[in-house]
Amino acid sequence: MTAYISGLCGGMLIGLSAAILMLANGRVAGVSGILGRLLQGLHTATGAAFVAGLVVGPIVFRLLSGEWPEVVLAASWPVVVIGGLLVGYGSRMGSGCTSGHGVVGLARLSRRSMAAVATFMIAAVGTVYLMGFFV
Amino acid sequence: MSKSAGFRVAAAFVSGTIFGLGLALSGMLNPARVRGFLDVARDWDPTLAFVLGGAVAVSAIGMSLARWIRKPLLDERFHLPETQLIDRRLIVGSAIFGVGWGMVGLCPGPAVASLSLGLPATILFLAAMFAGMAAHDHRLGVGLWGRAS
Repeated sequence: MTAYISGLCGGMLIGLSAAILMLANGRVAGVSGILGRLLQGLHTATGAAFVAGLVVGPIVFRLLSGEWPEVVLAASWPVVVIGGLLVGYGSRMGSGCTSGHGVVGLARLSRRSMAAVATFMIAAVGTVYLMGFFV
Repeated sequence: MSKSAGFRVAAAFVSGTIFGLGLALSGMLNPARVRGFLDVARDWDPTLAFVLGGAVAVSAIGMSLARWIRKPLLDERFHLPETQLIDRRLIVGSAIFGVGWGMVGLCPGPAVASLSLGLPATILFLAAMFAGMAAHDHRLGVGLWGRAS
């Protein structure tokens, strides 16, 4: 039950973050988009500031709660590398990830983002289901 | 740096920090939890639905406020995607992304935010993710190894 409440509150903070970036800078809080533009040398100052904030966020959590958030990454190293390559390539090709399409796109009622979210959800659920037979 | 550019950088930092704090509080930093949400056929963990629901609800308030104001507070215009097209790139790219997300349980936001914990596995994921991004952009002739535009 408490996990659901902190999930909801954490989600609301993520939504607040996206609202601030849109209302202040007029930009979509899409992490893959921001990272991609940083790689291309575009919007480097604001992009770097957003990324630095992302890293500082969990440290603020540590200061407030007294503990680090739980992170359990059970995947083997080859799976981590292949998954990382696919996440990087796919998010650039599909013009967004869970934040850009999921949090901002859905909130803007973008049909493009709805199609993207439905696609990556189905692909991810299918992948986890199939991997369950091998582990 | 002009005054408004400085404010834009500050706003981006505040936004990023709240985003990272939200990821930490919500449990989204934990790949095991994310994969638990995606594992609908076995031991389903619905937490992520609360995260996404809360995020989209608050974000939607912000986005509708943005429709009311002529321009953002610190910039001349809103920078929004112009295309409405649901094309092959969008669907194939999203599917590739989804497979990688399902395999590991990490997407770009949590992967970057996890840097704060300094875990070797998430750093490896991040390096591979950047390589995947660069490989894609290289094919388009932009980015690290061949900026055309």
